[in-house]
Amino acid sequence: MTTFTPISGLIGGMMIGLAAVLFLGLIGRIAGVSGIVGGVMTSLTGDTGWRLAFVLGLVLGPLAVAAVSGVMADVDIATPWPWLVLAGLLVGFGTRLGSGCTSGHGVCGLARGSGRSAGATVIFFIVAIATVYVTRHLLGGS
Amino acid sequence: MRQLVASLLCGLLFGAGLALSGMINPAKVLNFLDFAGTWDPTLAFVMGGALIVAVPGFALVRRRGAPLLTGRLHLPERRDLDPRLIGGAVLFGLGWGLAGFCPGPALAALSTGTGLAAVFVVAMLAGMAIYHVAIERPAIKH
Repeated sequence: MTTFTPISGLIGGMMIGLAAVLFLGLIGRIAGVSGIVGGVMTSLTGDTGWRLAFVLGLVLGPLAVAAVSGVMADVDIATPWPWLVLAGLLVGFGTRLGSGCTSGHGVCGLARGSGRSAGATVIFFIVAIATVYVTRHLLGGS
Repeated sequence: MRQLVASLLCGLLFGAGLALSGMINPAKVLNFLDFAGTWDPTLAFVMGGALIVAVPGFALVRRRGAPLLTGRLHLPERRDLDPRLIGGAVLFGLGWGLAGFCPGPALAALSTGTGLAAVFVVAMLAGMAIYHVAIERPAIKH
Protein backbone atom coordinates (compact mmCIF):
# COMPACT_ATOMS: atom_id res chain seq x y z
CA MET A 1 0.00 0.00 0.00
CA THR A 2 1.23 3.45 -0.88
CA THR A 3 -0.69 6.62 -0.16
CA PHE A 4 -2.27 8.56 -2.99
CA THR A 5 -0.46 11.92 -2.92
CA PRO A 6 -2.02 14.12 -5.62
CA ILE A 7 -0.56 17.45 -4.48
CA SER A 8 3.09 16.46 -4.12
CA GLY A 9 2.66 14.34 -7.23
CA LEU A 10 1.40 17.31 -9.21
CA ILE A 11 4.04 19.71 -7.88
CA GLY A 12 6.85 17.20 -8.39
CA GLY A 13 5.56 16.57 -11.89
CA MET A 14 5.56 20.29 -12.63
CA MET A 15 9.17 20.49 -11.45
CA ILE A 16 10.03 17.69 -13.87
CA GLY A 17 8.24 19.51 -16.67
CA LEU A 18 10.02 22.74 -15.83
CA ALA A 19 13.38 20.95 -15.79
CA ALA A 20 12.66 19.60 -19.26
CA VAL A 21 11.64 23.03 -20.58
CA LEU A 22 14.75 24.69 -19.12
CA PHE A 23 16.95 21.91 -20.52
CA LEU A 24 15.57 22.50 -24.00
CA GLY A 25 15.56 26.25 -23.70
CA LEU A 26 19.05 26.58 -22.26
CA ILE A 27 21.11 23.85 -23.92
CA GLY A 28 18.73 22.67 -26.59
CA ARG A 29 18.54 19.07 -25.46
CA ILE A 30 15.73 16.62 -24.78
CA ALA A 31 15.60 15.62 -21.10
CA GLY A 32 15.34 11.92 -21.84
CA VAL A 33 17.41 10.12 -19.24
CA SER A 34 18.03 6.96 -21.25
CA GLY A 35 19.32 9.03 -24.15
CA ILE A 36 21.43 11.26 -21.95
CA VAL A 37 23.08 8.29 -20.22
CA GLY A 38 23.25 6.03 -23.27
CA GLY A 39 24.81 8.83 -25.27
CA VAL A 40 27.86 8.69 -23.01
CA MET A 41 28.62 5.31 -24.58
CA THR A 42 28.18 6.69 -28.08
CA SER A 43 30.87 9.13 -26.92
CA LEU A 44 30.87 11.91 -29.43
CA THR A 45 33.79 14.27 -28.79
CA GLY A 46 33.13 16.93 -26.19
CA ASP A 47 29.70 15.54 -25.54
CA THR A 48 30.03 13.77 -22.20
CA GLY A 49 30.38 16.83 -19.94
CA TRP A 50 26.80 18.06 -19.98
CA ARG A 51 25.53 14.48 -19.84
CA LEU A 52 27.45 13.66 -16.66
CA ALA A 53 26.48 17.03 -15.17
CA PHE A 54 22.79 16.25 -15.69
CA VAL A 55 23.14 12.79 -14.13
CA LEU A 56 25.00 14.26 -11.16
CA GLY A 57 22.18 16.74 -10.65
CA LEU A 58 19.64 13.93 -10.94
CA VAL A 59 21.37 11.94 -8.21
CA LEU A 60 21.67 15.02 -5.94
CA GLY A 61 18.01 16.01 -6.42
CA PRO A 62 16.55 13.81 -3.67
CA LEU A 63 19.22 15.10 -1.27
CA ALA A 64 18.08 18.66 -1.96
CA VAL A 65 14.49 17.68 -1.17
CA ALA A 66 15.64 15.91 2.00
CA ALA A 67 17.57 19.00 3.07
CA VAL A 68 14.38 21.06 2.90
CA SER A 69 11.88 18.52 4.21
CA GLY A 70 14.17 16.87 6.75
CA VAL A 71 13.13 13.43 5.50
CA MET A 72 14.67 11.22 2.83
CA ALA A 73 12.18 9.95 0.23
CA ASP A 74 11.07 6.32 0.51
CA VAL A 75 12.52 3.70 -1.80
CA ASP A 76 10.62 0.44 -1.18
CA ILE A 77 11.92 -2.38 -3.36
CA ALA A 78 10.02 -5.66 -3.12
CA THR A 79 11.52 -7.22 -6.26
CA PRO A 80 14.10 -9.92 -5.47
CA TRP A 81 17.57 -8.96 -6.70
CA PRO A 82 17.83 -11.53 -9.52
CA TRP A 83 14.65 -10.10 -11.03
CA LEU A 84 16.05 -6.59 -10.49
CA VAL A 85 19.09 -7.55 -12.53
CA LEU A 86 16.90 -8.90 -15.32
CA ALA A 87 14.70 -5.81 -15.12
CA GLY A 88 17.74 -3.53 -15.31
CA LEU A 89 19.07 -5.33 -18.37
CA LEU A 90 15.66 -5.05 -20.05
CA VAL A 91 15.31 -1.37 -19.19
CA GLY A 92 18.84 -0.54 -20.30
CA PHE A 93 18.65 -2.42 -23.57
CA GLY A 94 14.99 -1.61 -24.27
CA THR A 95 15.24 2.14 -23.72
CA ARG A 96 18.23 2.37 -26.07
CA LEU A 97 16.62 0.18 -28.72
CA GLY A 98 13.37 2.10 -28.41
CA SER A 99 15.08 5.50 -28.38
CA GLY A 100 13.59 6.63 -25.08
CA CYS A 101 11.93 6.09 -21.72
CA THR A 102 9.27 7.72 -19.55
CA SER A 103 11.07 11.08 -19.58
CA GLY A 104 12.19 11.05 -23.20
CA HIS A 105 9.03 9.67 -24.77
CA GLY A 106 6.49 10.09 -21.99
CA VAL A 107 7.22 13.68 -21.01
CA CYS A 108 9.30 15.30 -23.76
CA GLY A 109 7.92 13.32 -26.68
CA LEU A 110 4.31 13.88 -25.73
CA ALA A 111 5.00 17.55 -24.97
CA ARG A 112 6.33 18.03 -28.51
CA GLY A 113 3.36 16.23 -30.00
CA SER A 114 5.42 13.34 -31.34
CA GLY A 115 3.29 10.47 -32.65
CA ARG A 116 6.32 8.23 -32.42
CA SER A 117 6.66 8.96 -28.71
CA ALA A 118 2.93 8.59 -28.16
CA GLY A 119 3.12 5.13 -29.72
CA ALA A 120 6.12 4.14 -27.64
CA THR A 121 4.51 5.48 -24.46
CA VAL A 122 1.27 3.59 -25.02
CA ILE A 123 3.24 0.39 -25.68
CA PHE A 124 5.50 0.52 -22.66
CA PHE A 125 2.65 1.45 -20.35
CA ILE A 126 0.46 -1.40 -21.58
CA VAL A 127 3.32 -3.90 -21.33
CA ALA A 128 4.26 -2.66 -17.86
CA ILE A 129 0.65 -2.92 -16.67
CA ALA A 130 0.39 -6.44 -18.07
CA THR A 131 3.69 -7.40 -16.44
CA VAL A 132 2.51 -6.17 -13.05
CA TYR A 133 -0.79 -8.02 -13.49
CA VAL A 134 1.01 -11.26 -14.27
CA THR A 135 3.59 -10.99 -11.47
CA ARG A 136 1.21 -9.75 -8.77
CA HIS A 137 -2.04 -11.51 -9.59
CA LEU A 138 -1.30 -14.54 -11.72
CA LEU A 139 2.04 -15.72 -10.39
CA GLY A 140 1.35 -14.76 -6.80
CA GLY A 141 3.76 -11.92 -6.21
CA SER A 142 7.25 -10.74 -7.06
CA MET B 1 31.05 26.10 -18.42
CA ARG B 2 27.63 27.74 -18.26
CA GLN B 3 26.28 24.75 -20.14
CA LEU B 4 27.62 22.40 -17.48
CA VAL B 5 26.06 24.43 -14.67
CA ALA B 6 22.76 24.70 -16.53
CA SER B 7 22.77 20.96 -17.15
CA LEU B 8 23.54 20.23 -13.51
CA LEU B 9 20.76 22.52 -12.28
CA CYS B 10 18.23 20.99 -14.68
CA GLY B 11 19.20 17.53 -13.45
CA LEU B 12 18.87 18.74 -9.87
CA LEU B 13 15.36 20.12 -10.49
CA PHE B 14 14.41 16.94 -12.31
CA GLY B 15 15.71 14.69 -9.53
CA ALA B 16 14.05 16.84 -6.88
CA GLY B 17 10.73 16.57 -8.74
CA LEU B 18 11.12 12.81 -8.92
CA ALA B 19 11.78 12.59 -5.19
CA LEU B 20 9.01 15.00 -4.16
CA SER B 21 6.45 13.19 -6.31
CA GLY B 22 7.42 9.79 -4.92
CA MET B 23 8.52 8.49 -8.29
CA ILE B 24 11.84 7.20 -6.97
CA ASN B 25 9.77 4.75 -4.93
CA PRO B 26 9.15 1.61 -7.02
CA ALA B 27 6.27 0.64 -4.74
CA LYS B 28 4.40 3.80 -5.74
CA VAL B 29 5.09 3.28 -9.44
CA LEU B 30 4.11 -0.39 -9.37
CA ASN B 31 0.94 0.49 -7.48
CA PHE B 32 -0.04 2.82 -10.30
CA LEU B 33 0.55 0.03 -12.81
CA ASP B 34 -1.42 -2.39 -10.61
CA PHE B 35 -4.95 -1.49 -11.73
CA ALA B 36 -6.35 -4.75 -10.38
CA GLY B 37 -4.72 -4.37 -6.97
CA THR B 38 -3.56 -1.65 -4.59
CA TRP B 39 -4.03 1.16 -7.11
CA ASP B 40 -2.22 4.46 -6.42
CA PRO B 41 -3.12 7.09 -9.06
CA THR B 42 -0.26 9.44 -8.13
CA LEU B 43 1.83 8.73 -11.27
CA ALA B 44 -0.98 10.12 -13.44
CA PHE B 45 -0.80 13.38 -11.52
CA VAL B 46 2.97 13.47 -11.94
CA MET B 47 2.67 13.00 -15.69
CA GLY B 48 -0.14 15.54 -15.78
CA GLY B 49 1.90 18.08 -13.88
CA ALA B 50 4.87 17.56 -16.16
CA LEU B 51 2.80 18.03 -19.30
CA ILE B 52 0.93 21.08 -17.96
CA VAL B 53 4.32 22.81 -17.85
CA ALA B 54 6.10 21.12 -20.74
CA VAL B 55 3.47 21.47 -23.46
CA PRO B 56 3.33 25.28 -23.42
CA GLY B 57 6.99 25.48 -22.38
CA PHE B 58 8.20 23.47 -25.36
CA ALA B 59 6.01 25.51 -27.71
CA LEU B 60 7.55 28.70 -26.34
CA VAL B 61 11.10 27.39 -26.73
CA ARG B 62 10.50 26.16 -30.26
CA ARG B 63 8.93 29.44 -31.31
CA ARG B 64 12.02 31.20 -30.01
CA GLY B 65 14.07 28.88 -32.22
CA ALA B 66 17.48 28.69 -30.61
CA PRO B 67 18.53 27.73 -27.06
CA LEU B 68 20.10 30.39 -24.86
CA LEU B 69 23.48 28.80 -24.15
CA THR B 70 24.23 26.66 -27.21
CA GLY B 71 23.89 26.78 -30.99
CA ARG B 72 20.77 24.87 -31.84
CA LEU B 73 17.89 22.73 -30.66
CA HIS B 74 18.62 19.01 -30.89
CA LEU B 75 15.19 17.60 -31.62
CA PRO B 76 14.57 14.04 -32.85
CA GLU B 77 13.55 13.96 -36.47
CA ARG B 78 12.09 10.52 -37.01
CA ARG B 79 8.34 10.18 -37.24
CA ASP B 80 7.77 6.49 -37.95
CA LEU B 81 6.93 3.71 -35.51
CA ASP B 82 9.52 1.17 -36.63
CA PRO B 83 10.20 -2.35 -35.25
CA ARG B 84 13.08 -1.11 -33.06
CA LEU B 85 10.93 1.52 -31.39
CA ILE B 86 8.16 -0.99 -30.79
CA GLY B 87 10.50 -3.79 -29.69
CA GLY B 88 12.42 -1.46 -27.44
CA ALA B 89 9.24 -0.14 -25.84
CA VAL B 90 8.08 -3.71 -25.17
CA LEU B 91 11.37 -4.68 -23.52
CA PHE B 92 11.45 -1.46 -21.51
CA GLY B 93 7.85 -1.97 -20.38
CA LEU B 94 8.71 -5.50 -19.24
CA GLY B 95 11.65 -4.31 -17.17
CA TRP B 96 9.72 -1.35 -15.77
CA GLY B 97 6.83 -3.61 -14.77
CA LEU B 98 9.21 -6.02 -13.06
CA ALA B 99 11.13 -3.47 -11.02
CA GLY B 100 9.06 -0.30 -10.92
CA PHE B 101 12.24 1.55 -11.90
CA CYS B 102 12.98 3.44 -15.08
CA PRO B 103 16.28 5.22 -15.79
CA GLY B 104 15.69 8.61 -14.14
CA PRO B 105 14.19 7.43 -10.86
CA ALA B 106 16.71 4.61 -10.54
CA LEU B 107 19.63 7.02 -10.79
CA ALA B 108 17.98 9.52 -8.46
CA ALA B 109 17.35 6.74 -5.93
CA LEU B 110 21.10 6.13 -5.64
CA SER B 111 21.52 9.04 -3.23
CA THR B 112 19.14 7.40 -0.76
CA GLY B 113 21.80 4.77 -0.25
CA THR B 114 19.50 1.92 -1.23
CA GLY B 115 21.78 -0.90 -2.31
CA LEU B 116 19.19 -2.62 -4.48
CA ALA B 117 18.78 0.57 -6.51
CA ALA B 118 22.49 0.33 -7.30
CA VAL B 119 22.00 -3.29 -8.40
CA PHE B 120 19.33 -2.14 -10.84
CA VAL B 121 21.46 0.76 -12.11
CA VAL B 122 24.49 -1.46 -12.75
CA ALA B 123 22.31 -3.93 -14.64
CA MET B 124 20.72 -1.06 -16.57
CA LEU B 125 24.12 0.29 -17.60
CA ALA B 126 25.09 -3.23 -18.65
CA GLY B 127 21.95 -3.48 -20.77
CA MET B 128 22.80 -0.16 -22.41
CA ALA B 129 26.35 -1.34 -23.04
CA ILE B 130 25.08 -4.55 -24.64
CA TYR B 131 22.91 -2.45 -26.95
CA HIS B 132 25.85 -0.20 -27.80
CA VAL B 133 28.21 -3.05 -28.60
CA ALA B 134 25.73 -5.36 -30.33
CA ILE B 135 23.62 -2.90 -32.30
CA GLU B 136 24.74 0.74 -32.21
CA ARG B 137 28.49 0.42 -32.82
CA PRO B 138 28.26 -2.00 -35.77
CA ALA B 139 25.76 0.35 -37.41
CA ILE B 140 28.05 3.37 -36.99
CA LYS B 141 30.98 1.55 -38.54
CA HIS B 142 28.96 0.89 -41.67
